[in-house]
Amino acid sequence: MTVGAAWYLTLAAVIFSIGAVGLLVRRNVLVMFMCVELMLNAANLTFVTFARELDDVGGQVAVFFVLVVAAAEVVVGLGVIVAIFRRRVGATADDIHVLKG
Amino acid sequence: MLQAAFLIPLLPFLGFLVLVASGRRLGNPRAGWLATIMVLGSFIASLVVFVGLLGRSAGARSYTQTWYTWFSADRLHVTASLLIVPLSMTMALFVTGVSTLIHLYSIGYMEHDEGFPKFFLYLNLFVSSMLVLVLAGNFLFTFLGWEGVGVCSYFLIAFWFDRPAAASAGKKAMIFNRIGDAGFLLAMFLIFERTGSLQYLTVFSRLGQVGTTSLTAIALLLFLGAAGKSAQLPLYPWLADAMEGPTPVSALIHAATMVTAGVYLMCRISPILHLAPDAAHVVAIVGAATAFVGATIACAQNDIKKILAYSTISQLGYMFLAAGVGAYVAAIFLMLTHAFYKALLFLGAGSVIHAMNDDQDTKRFGALERLMPVTAVTFLVAWLSIGGVPPFSGFWSKGDVLMNAYAESPVLYAVAALTAILTAYYLGRCYLLTFRGQQRWVEARQSGDATHGEHGPLHPHDPGWVMRVPLVVLAVASVLGGLINLPFHSLEFLLRWLDPVVGGQLRTLHYSAGTQWAFAIGDAVLAALGVSIAVGFWREKSEQPALEPTFLRRAWFIDASYDRGIARPSTELAQVTSDDVETKVIDGAVNGLAGAFAAAGRRLRRVQTGYVRNYALGLMGGLVVLLAYVVVRATS
Amino acid sequence: MPLLLATATLPDTITFAIAAVICVVGALGVVLSTHPVHSALMLVMTLFGVAVLFVEENAQFLAVVQVIVYAGAIVVLFLFVIMLLGIDRTEAIAADPLKGQRAVALLLGLLVLAEVILLARGHWPAGAHSTAGTLNQGTTPNVNILGTSVFTTFLLPFELTSALLVIAVVGAVVLARRPRRLGEGAPELVIVDPEDDDPVAAGAGGPDEAAGPEAGGEDEGAVGYREGSRS
Repeated sequence: MTVGAAWYLTLAAVIFSIGAVGLLVRRNVLVMFMCVELMLNAANLTFVTFARELDDVGGQVAVFFVLVVAAAEVVVGLGVIVAIFRRRVGATADDIHVLKG
Repeated sequence: MLQAAFLIPLLPFLGFLVLVASGRRLGNPRAGWLATIMVLGSFIASLVVFVGLLGRSAGARSYTQTWYTWFSADRLHVTASLLIVPLSMTMALFVTGVSTLIHLYSIGYMEHDEGFPKFFLYLNLFVSSMLVLVLAGNFLFTFLGWEGVGVCSYFLIAFWFDRPAAASAGKKAMIFNRIGDAGFLLAMFLIFERTGSLQYLTVFSRLGQVGTTSLTAIALLLFLGAAGKSAQLPLYPWLADAMEGPTPVSALIHAATMVTAGVYLMCRISPILHLAPDAAHVVAIVGAATAFVGATIACAQNDIKKILAYSTISQLGYMFLAAGVGAYVAAIFLMLTHAFYKALLFLGAGSVIHAMNDDQDTKRFGALERLMPVTAVTFLVAWLSIGGVPPFSGFWSKGDVLMNAYAESPVLYAVAALTAILTAYYLGRCYLLTFRGQQRWVEARQSGDATHGEHGPLHPHDPGWVMRVPLVVLAVASVLGGLINLPFHSLEFLLRWLDPVVGGQLRTLHYSAGTQWAFAIGDAVLAALGVSIAVGFWREKSEQPALEPTFLRRAWFIDASYDRGIARPSTELAQVTSDDVETKVIDGAVNGLAGAFAAAGRRLRRVQTGYVRNYALGLMGGLVVLLAYVVVRATS
Repeated sequence: MPLLLATATLPDTITFAIAAVICVVGALGVVLSTHPVHSALMLVMTLFGVAVLFVEENAQFLAVVQVIVYAGAIVVLFLFVIMLLGIDRTEAIAADPLKGQRAVALLLGLLVLAEVILLARGHWPAGAHSTAGTLNQGTTPNVNILGTSVFTTFLLPFELTSALLVIAVVGAVVLARRPRRLGEGAPELVIVDPEDDDPVAAGAGGPDEAAGPEAGGEDEGAVGYREGSRS
C-alpha cells in the first residue's frame, strides 16, 4: 500500500501553484508554456490519485485524454509561437499588447 | 320658429370653414361679402327666433335646444345645448346686428390688406364663438364660447403679427384673459360640486341648497373671470394694448361684443348674485372704481384709439356697477346703447385714421369737420350719446344706472356722477381735437414731421359707401336706442322683456315721479357740465399740459407697476432658470451622469492592459475565489 | 472516504518522498531558470518524478505513456522550437515591467496552495460515484482495464481525440509554413503594433531579408494578415 491520498494531493497542489506563479511571472513565451505543462501534470496527478481513492478507472481514462489533448495543444501552440515570433527575436509575452484598451 | 336657433351660431361657423378652405381663392372682396352675408343670415335667424319667442306668453319664454351630449362622466353630464331666453336673444340680436355692420365696414377698411380673407375668417369664428357664449345652456358650453372669443381676440389683435407690438399685445390679452379663465374654471368646479349640475336652469333651481359662503365664492370667482374678459380692475391693461389690432376689431371685439361677455355673465348669474350680497357689493365697487380710473386716464391720452379704449373700460365699469347693485336691466340697457355708440366711435376713428394715412395721434388731426362731414356728424352723435346728453340713448341708459347706484349708496352715485362728467369731457376733447381747431396735420407735414404711414400729400375725405353705411346706421341706433327702455310706464319694453330672466333679482326702486325727474335733470346737468368744460378748453387750443398730467397719461402707472412687480421678476426668474438652473443643474445632472459613466468607463478600461500575463492574473484571482467558496462549503 | 494512511509501507513512503522532492525541485527549476533550455530540462525532471508517482499509484500504463509522450515528444518539441527561434537568450528576471504583477502573483499562488491543501486535508464534497468501472480487478493488468474502458465506455471521446490530433497536425503545418517569395504567398502573421513604426525587427529571420520600415503601424490592428511579402 502506498502513502495516503492527502499527500499526493498536497504535492499536486504545490506543483500546480508553482506552475501558476511561474506562468504569471515569467515573460519568455516558451517558459510560460512549460509552466502550463506543469499545471497539467499536477492535474493529472490529482486525477490518478482520485482514481485510486475512489476505485474508478474513469480517473485514469481522464489522464489519458488529457495527455492526448495536451500534446495536440503543444503542437498547435508552438506552431502559433513560431508563426508570431519568427521575425522577432527576443520577443516576450509582454510585447503583444495590441488589445490594450 | 324657435328651432331655427341652431342656425344662429352655425352660419358664421360655416362661413369660417368655407373661408379656411377657400378664402384665399375667393379673395378680396368676395371673402368679405361671404362673411358678411353669413353674419347677416345669423342676424335674420336671430330675428326669427326673437319673433318666435315673442309669440309665447311672458311666462313661457324659455326654450332649450339640445344638440347632443358632449360628454358624460359619472355624475357630470354635459350637453351641447342652447338656452333661448329673452336675455340670450337680446345679446344674440345686438351681437349679430353690430357684427354685420362691422363686417360690412371691414370690407372697405381692410381693402388693401394682404390678409383680407384671413381677417374675415377670424371675424366669423369670433362671431360664432360669441353666439355660442351667449346662447349656451350650461356653464361649460358658455366656457367653450368664452375661450373661443379669447382665442379669436388673440388672433385678431396680433393680426399684423410681424409687428412686435401687435404680437406682444395679443399675448398680453391672452394672459390676462387666462387669469380670469382660471376663476371661471374654479367657479365651475365649485358649482358642480355644490349643485351637481352645470345646466343653468338646473343650477338656479338648486341654489337653495348651497350655503352663502359657497355662493359668495362662486360669484366672486365668476366675477374674476368677467373682470379678465371685460377689462375691469385689476385685469384691464390688455385692452389698451389691444388697440394694436385693426380698428374694426377694436370696434367689434373690444367695444361691442367680447368685453360685454363679462357683463352678460354677471346678468346670467343674477340668481347667484342675488343670494350673495357681499359678492355683489364687490362687483359694484370694482365697477365704480374702474369706471372712474378709466375715465381719468382717457382724459390725458393722445392716441384716438387709446382714448376710446379707456372709455370702453370706463363704460364697462358702469355696467358692472349696475349689475352689482342689482340693476340688471340697466346693465343690459347700457350694454346695448354702449355697443351702438362705442362701435360708432371706433368705426369713425377708423375712418379718420384711414383718411390720415394710418396716423392715430389726435394732436396731429384738426379741422376735419368740413372735409369729412359724415364721419364728423356721426362722431358728434356718438359723443353726445356717450356723454349722456338728452334725448340720445346714452342719457336714458346711464340715467338708469346712476339712479340705481344712488339707491345702493350715495358714494357710488358720486363716483359715477363724477365719471359721467369726465366721460362727456374727454370725448368732447377727442372730438374737438379731431374735427375742430386748426389743421394741425398740414403744419406737421410742412415742418417735415415724419409720421409712420405717410404716403404723399394728405387729402382727408369721407370713406366709400361700405364704410359710411355702418356709420350712419349706428348713429341712428345711438339716437333712437333709448326708445327700448324709456322710464315711462308703458314704454319700459326692455324691462318687461327681461323680466322672466332677471325679474326676481332686480332691485326695486321706490322713487316717486318727482325724484325720478330730479335724477333726470341731474343727469342732464352732468352731461352739460362735461360738454361745456370740453368746449371751453379745447375748442381753440390743442395743448393744455395742465390737463394732461403724466400720471394720467401713464395710466396711473398701474401697467408700469405690473411690469415692474410681476413681469420683470418673472422674466428674471425665467432667465435665471434658463441660464443657471437649466444649464448648470439640469444639464449638469444629465451631463454629469453621462460624464460619470464615461469616467467610470475610463477607469475600468485600465483593466484592459493588453498584457496576457495580467489577464492570467485575473484568472488566478477568480480561481482563488472559487476555491474559497468550495472550501467554505466543505468545511461548513 | 477513508485515507489509507495506516497501511503505508516504508518503501512506498521513501519512494514517494524522493519522487516528490524531484517533482518540486524540477518545478522550481522550470520557473526559476534564466535559460529556457534549462527550464526544459527541469521540466523533464519533473515529468519523470510524476511518472514514478504514477507507478506508485498503480497507473503503470500512464506512467509509460507519460515518459514516452510528454518527456519524449513534447519536451523535445519545446527544445526544437527554442533552437529554431533562437529564443535562447537569457531573460532579465530581476524585475518585472508590469507593476505589482509579481507580488500579486505570489500572493495568489500562496492562497491557492493554502486553499487546496485545506481541501485536501478536509472532508470534501463528492458527487455520485462514476460508473466507469472499477480499477482493482484482481489480477487483470492495468493496461487491459484501461484499454477495455477506453474502447468501450469512452469510445466516442477516443475517436474525437484522434480527429483532434489530425487537426492539430494540419494546423501546425499550416501555421509554421515559411513565407514564400514576392508575389506568391501564404499570408504571414505579423505583429503590427500601433506604437511601433517598425513592426518587423531588423535582422535575423533566415533567408528573407528583414522587411525594413514597412508601412509601419498602418494597420491599427492586432496581429494582422498582410498580403504579399516583404521585399
